[in-house]
This record gives sequence, C-alpha cells and structure tokens, in this order.
Amino acid sequence: MNKLPLIIKREYIAKVRNRSFIVMTILSPLLVVGMVALVFFLTSANNDEAKVIAVLDEGQFFEGSFQNTSTLSYVSFEGMPLEAAKDSAQHKNYYGLLYIPQKSDIEQVAKNIEFFCRESPGMGVLSGMENVIQRNIRAAKLRDFGVSDQVMKDLERGYQINVENFTGEKKLRGINEMKAVIGGGFGYLIMMFIIIYGAFVMRSVIEEKTSRIIEVIISSVKPFQLMLGKIIGTSLAGITQFLIWIVLAGVLGVILAGVLGISADQLGSQAMSPEATQAVNGMSEGVGENLTPYIVELMKISWGWLLFSFVIYFILGYLIYSSIYAAIGAAVDNETDTQQFMFPVIMPLMLAVYVGFFSVFNNPHGPIAVGFSLFPLTSPIVMLMRLPGGIGEGGVPLWQFITSVVLLVTTFLFIVWIAARIYRVGILMYGKKPSYKELYRWLKYN
Amino acid sequence: MNNLLEVNEVSKKYGSYTALDKVSLQVPKGSIFGLLGPNGAGKTSLIRIVNQITYPDQGAVLFDGTPLNPEHIANIGYLPEERGLYKSMKVGEQALYLARLKGLSSAEAKERLKYWFDRLEIGDWWNKKIQELSKGMAQKIQFVVTVLHRPSLLIFDEPFSGFDPINANLIKDEILHLRDQGATVIFSTHRMESVEELCDDIALINKSKKLLEGKLVDIKKQYRSNTFEVGLDVSDQVVIRSEIEQKFQVSDASFKSLSDELKLKIHLDENGTPNDLLAYLVNRGNVTHFVEVIPTVNDIFIQTVKDSDL
Repeated sequence: MNKLPLIIKREYIAKVRNRSFIVMTILSPLLVVGMVALVFFLTSANNDEAKVIAVLDEGQFFEGSFQNTSTLSYVSFEGMPLEAAKDSAQHKNYYGLLYIPQKSDIEQVAKNIEFFCRESPGMGVLSGMENVIQRNIRAAKLRDFGVSDQVMKDLERGYQINVENFTGEKKLRGINEMKAVIGGGFGYLIMMFIIIYGAFVMRSVIEEKTSRIIEVIISSVKPFQLMLGKIIGTSLAGITQFLIWIVLAGVLGVILAGVLGISADQLGSQAMSPEATQAVNGMSEGVGENLTPYIVELMKISWGWLLFSFVIYFILGYLIYSSIYAAIGAAVDNETDTQQFMFPVIMPLMLAVYVGFFSVFNNPHGPIAVGFSLFPLTSPIVMLMRLPGGIGEGGVPLWQFITSVVLLVTTFLFIVWIAARIYRVGILMYGKKPSYKELYRWLKYN
Repeated sequence: MNNLLEVNEVSKKYGSYTALDKVSLQVPKGSIFGLLGPNGAGKTSLIRIVNQITYPDQGAVLFDGTPLNPEHIANIGYLPEERGLYKSMKVGEQALYLARLKGLSSAEAKERLKYWFDRLEIGDWWNKKIQELSKGMAQKIQFVVTVLHRPSLLIFDEPFSGFDPINANLIKDEILHLRDQGATVIFSTHRMESVEELCDDIALINKSKKLLEGKLVDIKKQYRSNTFEVGLDVSDQVVIRSEIEQKFQVSDASFKSLSDELKLKIHLDENGTPNDLLAYLVNRGNVTHFVEVIPTVNDIFIQTVKDSDL
C-alpha cells in the first residue's frame, strides 16, 4: 500500500490547523490592505492642508504666474512694503513669503528673488515655486528673441523616436521593462514561497526529531517517503495559504475602496506627490495616448507558455530548495543550529532576485542574464524574468530554455538524492551539531 | 520453521565505527527473547536493521524463513527507546495515523483502538493532545500503537522506562498475554530483573559482538557452580563450621531467616551431589535452609562482559 497520501494528508492538516498558520493566513492580508489604506490615508491627510505662501511681487514679470495647486496656495501681498509683508506673513502663520523685487529685466529679478520662511522649506514647496519662475524666465527670454507663443507651445512637446524592428513592425518603448516586471513578479513569488515554506518543512522535520516520534514512523515508512510527503503536504498548505491571501486581499481591497470612496484614478494621482505625477504623466504621454498597443502587445505574450514554464520552474525549484531545507532540519537538533546552513541556501535566491532586477531588466539576453538563467539554483527566478519576452526569435533562444530545464531536472534529482541520504541518517542522530565534513560522511553510509 | 527471526553474520559499520561485527541470532517462534548488552553495544543498530530502518553491510536477516523485505514491516511492531508522539496532535488522530501507516484500514484501526483504549482504561484521552498527558500516559499510547496491527514480531527497546511500577506491571502482563496469543517478542533492556521474569531466551551483545545466546535455563545451567546456600541450626557454630571447612569449600552467606543459624555457601566439586551434602549436614544439626545458588542474569551479564573486556 502506498503510504504517501497518508503522510501528505497529515502534514497538510497539521500545518493548516496550526494556530499561528491560521493567524498568519487571516492577518497577513488584513495587515497589507490596512497598511496600504493607512499610507493612503496619511498621505492625503498630510496634503490636505495646502501650504499658504504670501507673494510680494513688486514688478510685472510674474503677474498671475503663481496659480494655486493642490499643495500650495498663494496670497498676494501686492503693494505692501517688504518689512510689513514679512511681519504680516509671520503673523498670519503663513508658510512663507516669496519676495520678487522690481528690476529692469527678468534675469535681474530672478537673481534677487527671496523666500522667507520659518523653517527650512520642503523640497516640494521650493521646486513648485522654482518651476514657475524657471518657466517664466524661459518664456521671457524666448519672447525677446521674437519667438511666437505658438512656437513656444510647440517647443513644450517632448520627442520620442519611433521604434520599429527590421521587418517593419512597430515596437513599443518600455515594453521590455513591463515584461520583465511581469516575469519578475513570478520569480519573486517563487522566492517568497521557497523561503517561507521551505522553512516550514525544516521546522516540521525538527519537530519530529525533538518529539522523538521519528523512529516510530520510519519503522513504518521509508524516510524518503516521509520527506517527500512532508514537502508536498507543506507546499499544498502553502498554496492554500497563498490562494486565501490573494482572495482575501482582493475582497478587502474592494471593500476598502468602496468604503473610503476611492476610485482607482484618484489612488493613482493622489497617492503620489505632484512632481511624481507630473513626471509619470510626461513619461507616459506616449503610453497614455495609445494604451491599446501595449495591451495588445502584452496579450501577445504566450500566457499559456508562461504559466506552463512557471509551474515547471516553481515545482522543480521548490522541490530542490525544500529538500535542502529538509536535510538541514534532519541534520540539527533545534532551530538555532540551522543558521550556519541557512546562509548558503538563501544566498543564491537573493542573488537571483537582485541580479534579475538589475541585470535582466536592462538586458534580458545579456551574458549575465543568460548565465543566471541556466544555473539551476537561480534559473527558476531569473529565467522566468526573461520568459515573457517569448521563446525563439527575439526572446529566449530555445536551446537556452531546454538547457535550463534539463540542468534543473538533473540538479533536482541529484540534490534530492543527497538530501534524502542526509535526511535518512540525520533524523536518527541526536546530540551534536554536525559539520559539513560529517554531512559528507553521512552520504557514504549504507 | 522454528525460528521467526534469524540473523546471520550481520555486520554494520558507520564510517570507521563498527556497530555490529558478524552477529548471528536465532529468535524462536513464540518466545520472549531478551537482547542484552551495555550501552553502545550495538543493540539498537541490530534492532534498526530488523526494522529495515538501516541495512546491514554484510550478512542477512531472515523473517519466517524469507529474506527481510518491505512487506515484513506490517508484521513487525517496534517500540523504540527514543520514542515520542506529535505534541500538538490529538491522541486519537495520531494513533489512527500511525496505525494506518502500518497498513490498517481506517475502520479497522478505529475498532482496534477502541478495544485497546478500553482495555488500558484510557478511552477518555481520545481528544486530548499529547502535551496535556504525562510521560507515562504517552507511553501507554505508544504501546497500543506498537501492538495494534497484531504483528507476529514485537520489538520493545527499554519498554518499562518511564512507567511507574503499576503501569510497568500492566504492560508486562500485556506483553505476556500477547506472547500467549502467539506473538514473538524481542526485548532489549538493561533491567535484569525483568529479563529473569519474562525471557525464555537471551542473547548478550558487547562491543558489537555477540557473546552469548541460548535458552535462559540452559545458560543458567552453564553458569551454575554447584554451590549451595545452607542454614544449619547448631549449638556451637564455630566448631561445626571448621568441621565443614575441612571437607568442603566454604564461604559466608547472607540470607534472611527467622533464627540465628549458621549461614554458609558450600561449593561442591564435580563429584559431589546435593543429596550427599544434605545427608552430611543433617547429621550435624537442623537444616533450616538448603538452596542451590543459581546465577542471576545480572551475574552472568556482568561476568561475561567483564571477561570479554579482558
């Protein structure tokens, strides 16, 4: 009779019923959604009160230039003497006083503009005013050269190169980054899953050792079966938790958005500072105008393929790492002893994510990206970042994909073999913290 | 086939450490077999091989005449010395799980668990968690789980450690009962008095080698020294004693008695019989005590281990 399903079931139920697991399952999405809501609330509360700035303009160059924004509102102190204006601004508890003296030309004026305030002003306030002044200087100078308003308006418009590939197909700017972000999302998911649930596997092995039930169990089942059942059961519990998180976070998000009356649009523009919004608007001008090609392009990613590869890399990557975790758990007596073995496990994962973010985003098919997407301990993460670009022409060459999967499968078999041997010996060893040398000796036990 | 288990020339090494060196054993069907030896002698290594937790480097193990294979796992019940249960799992669930790992169906396991829980009067523990139970209580559950699948071979490694005398007695009776029902029991322990009480056969292992094996009675016969403990009620103890000393090899004896008699251990040479001795003694005074000194397992154990260490 195959006992694997029994073991999987027990591991799954033991995990799912665990109190801290339940608490984490319910609390995590609440925390995340709550955090987002809090940040949103705090940001809007912070910006709710526009800062009032008094403007004492003695000349005419900046007449009507200072328009109220959502964060800054201007009050004209025109005609007041400077000292009285300062006094008044301070008295009325304004944020500051912007003094624009009277001079013959705008450059002289600009040089002598001064801002008086209580404390050193925020960058946002300064750059808000500086932008207005700069724009005026530019306009005034251009006007001196006899440039018409129409031309000036034309000049404001940015420029973007049209990108096409050699067959004449129009290419979209930023699409590579977008695709890498999608792949990066998948890769990051794998890393998180491995780190969280790999540690669960390890703890569960240690628990069986410290409660001394292990010998009772392995007199009934093969240690390898137990290890495999543990890994599968724990990962099923993990997948359950992940799904609950996604559903719960989604529902909570919708509810919260409804309660607070936030539309997605508002969230986008309000949560960011005005400058950031401006920058994004400027950059995405091209995107914003014709979003459809992007959607079309993203739809063109063979999602079926991507999901299929995700599943392959996820399963193999997770199995490799969690069997290492299981072996570590078997080798030690308690969790504090695991530290010396943990670092070499976490390192390739971290490396994969950071190399992925910094190298793959810029150049998905560069030598570093290729290397890391072939190396089996990092390929589950890095290859997934490259894959949204497609396989074959213009994407990941087919041979790389196949090599990477073959290497991963080979490594998987090898690592599981090693882990199973360490596990088998380790679960019956008590009392001493083994060295790497000792672990190597265990491999040779019969 | 008279032997349920035969261990033939089994050797096992861990790295450079030899745990078992060509150990052979025969465990007769229906017997209680005591596996004795000091700590680190190799008992647990041998038991793990029988349970197929590890495998021998050399040699073979036959179970009921066939080489040990995974199907035999369902016929063996093993209570390890290092034993425990899942702390956060309920008693019933965990017993059910362990029973099902041995191949019982869920319904069958439940029925038998109910029988055993009632028998040991622990029925109301079903929904308790192990962490709520005392060590002795947990041991009872482990015992039940070990015997639940009605294995033909039961292996107990220090079964009485952690039990109070009452429960130890209870478990001892259960073990005897199981033997009477046809189970063969291997019993590994340091507690010599329980070996005297329970075992039909014993084997002694020291430093990875088997030193001694056979029926307990035969071994005792082998170690008997033809020595008798006598109590003699006489008027002049000193005179009589020196008289006896001229004829026999004599040493002091101490045993409990009601009167203050002369207490001696008398060693007979090969030709001497107990009847001759008794006849001689009867002529000297009232014989109040006459017992052959039978070596205890403890004596045999200590003596054999000492001899092998020389």
